[in-house]
Amino acid sequence: MRRQDAVAWWLIFPALLVAGGVAAYPLVRTLYLSFFDAPLISFARSPQWIGIGNYLQALQYPAFQDGVRHTLYFTALSVGAELVLGVLTALLLNQQFAGRAALRTLLILPLAIPTVVNAAMWRWIYNPEYGALNALLTQLHVITGYRSWLGEEGLAMHMVILADVWKNYALVTLIVLAALQTVNRDLYEAAAVEGAGAWRGFWSITLPAIRPALLVVTVLRTVEAMKVFDIIYVMTRGGPADSTKTLSFYVYQEAFAFLRLGSGAAYAFLTVMLIALFVGLYIRLIRAEAATG
Amino acid sequence: MKRLGMLLVLVLCALLPARPTASAENVTLTALFMKQAAYSDADVRAMTAEFEKTHPGVKLSLEFVPYEALHDKIVASVAAGARGYDIVLFDVIWPAEFAENGVLLDLTNRIPKDVINAVWPGAWTTVLYQDRYYGLPWILDTKYLFYNKEMLSKAGFRTPPATWDELLRQARALKAKGVVSYPIVWSWSQAEAIVCDYTTLLAAFGGSFFEKGSPKFNTGGGQQALQYMVDSLNAGLSNPASRESLEEDVRRIFSAGQAAFALNWTYMYNMANDPKESRVAGKVGVVPSPGDAMHSKVSAVNGSMALGVMRTSKNPELAFQYAQALTSQAVQERYAKLSLPIWKASYSNPVVIKGQEALITAARQGLAAMYPRPLLVRYQEFSTILQTYLQKALLRQLSPKAALDAVANEAVQKRLK
Repeated sequence: MRRQDAVAWWLIFPALLVAGGVAAYPLVRTLYLSFFDAPLISFARSPQWIGIGNYLQALQYPAFQDGVRHTLYFTALSVGAELVLGVLTALLLNQQFAGRAALRTLLILPLAIPTVVNAAMWRWIYNPEYGALNALLTQLHVITGYRSWLGEEGLAMHMVILADVWKNYALVTLIVLAALQTVNRDLYEAAAVEGAGAWRGFWSITLPAIRPALLVVTVLRTVEAMKVFDIIYVMTRGGPADSTKTLSFYVYQEAFAFLRLGSGAAYAFLTVMLIALFVGLYIRLIRAEAATG
Repeated sequence: MKRLGMLLVLVLCALLPARPTASAENVTLTALFMKQAAYSDADVRAMTAEFEKTHPGVKLSLEFVPYEALHDKIVASVAAGARGYDIVLFDVIWPAEFAENGVLLDLTNRIPKDVINAVWPGAWTTVLYQDRYYGLPWILDTKYLFYNKEMLSKAGFRTPPATWDELLRQARALKAKGVVSYPIVWSWSQAEAIVCDYTTLLAAFGGSFFEKGSPKFNTGGGQQALQYMVDSLNAGLSNPASRESLEEDVRRIFSAGQAAFALNWTYMYNMANDPKESRVAGKVGVVPSPGDAMHSKVSAVNGSMALGVMRTSKNPELAFQYAQALTSQAVQERYAKLSLPIWKASYSNPVVIKGQEALITAARQGLAAMYPRPLLVRYQEFSTILQTYLQKALLRQLSPKAALDAVANEAVQKRLK
């Protein structure tokens, strides 16, 4: 048994090395850096130990608090919408109908587009002067004049969320669709015999069956959404008036625009801790699910 | 996590050992430029090919990034250590930061005296920090007022506005007569572009950014400048799309015939007059940005850019020669339809003037009036705060005075002077 253990350790050693090199070491190093007043490019100045100074400064900085709010808002709305849309499309694609295979293939399309390309594409769609959205909505008489979708506070965040949802809801669909394949169809027939409608069937049979998959995809999407950066960088650069600036944007700005690597690292760690909080919560939920299931 | 990852990769890269220098016969220099319409990628490659021909054994590897990424790319390359760039294009607002942080090489002793005298003084301010020269100016630029001649004559105006007040009067008439729904378009997106437009107005109204280290932009001309922006927006004279527009958006809106006036850089002149790019070709006029009856005849912001040699370059002499070649009078005059030369003599060269007489006339006045954005080591931070609060005023969250006071407070608190 002991020899087997030794062999096992040797076998996973390369993987451990890689994981340690690309994940653990940088993480520890970032944590270490976050306690310093460290310039990104040092010429005359060397890093100064300032303890939790960077963290205090970040937590007292009103703009950073706004960043937390924007991030939570973005995450809640985009993940929420993706879950609803994703489940609905999965239910649809789980039905038998002509052209289903083609539709299922098309579903991959948004996922295959790089985020930056997606962002640039939606920026064109939203263009206030010659964008497709203004043209469509005025021709349908929904709006009377062209609007500046990314130039108005409040509106801009929702437009970015829409672009993000379009790209990512398909992931939810794919995972839920896979879970739906495992549901025994006899259950629905039995329920129908008992007089249960479609709605009752969804709540009592479908939802319990896809719940574990939903939880997993919620974790994935939440983590992704909390660290959102590229789509915002391309579409609004945080504007108008900082209304779309999220946590990652502040991390980037501190480190690469303001050259403060130390406080950039602290911002990054605060973001990680916020994400960890949510992941911890989800994991508890998943465990509870496993215990009862 | 992706950003965090990048941060960490950089940290890792910084720890890697430097590679040995390439041999002298076969040298590859790396240069960083921005993607733009004036001096396009193809133009820069053509200029580079000429240099390579006259310098056998020297190869250039060129990289092009959007303006918005240029600063961060330069500093990230320094942080990554070892094999960074040899030559970089840099903006007029960065010499203080780059000099203090040792990003750029001090070129003062390499630049001949006669070159200093032959180039416009305004161009040199682009590279100067504490009386030292950190680069060779390359793109001499300021924002001009472009106007649609046909629209103006439809509203009965024979001449473009000479003051900002007159511009509003003409815009009001154009709107009232239904010639165009939003007469003026600007680049007021949350980016450096909005600071350039604001600086132009601040200069026109006789304002200043800092005096003896104290903020002054929240009073007098600085306050008037933002008030002007907000009023023109509220009156429906400035296009609301300005708030999300960069310079290229401005060019497209103006070229589509959806604006009578636009503030933009030199490059727009020949593009807006090109029938392939524009619906208003042949109808485009250009003058210096207007002045103000009380304070100025014309107004202008220094928006020039320069080529600098990185301090980490293993071949600073060759890198300097390359920068000299690109900024030389001969090369600049050949590409003068895209970007105006830094050389005084070029402005009386018929080859340069031909076909763009109006632009040259405007340039003579505009370039002489170029007003600088504040020369701060932490300019990026100051500009970020200013951009945010300018937009807060444009979105009517704060009054112009309250917005600028907030910027002044933060600047003092963060010791940004």
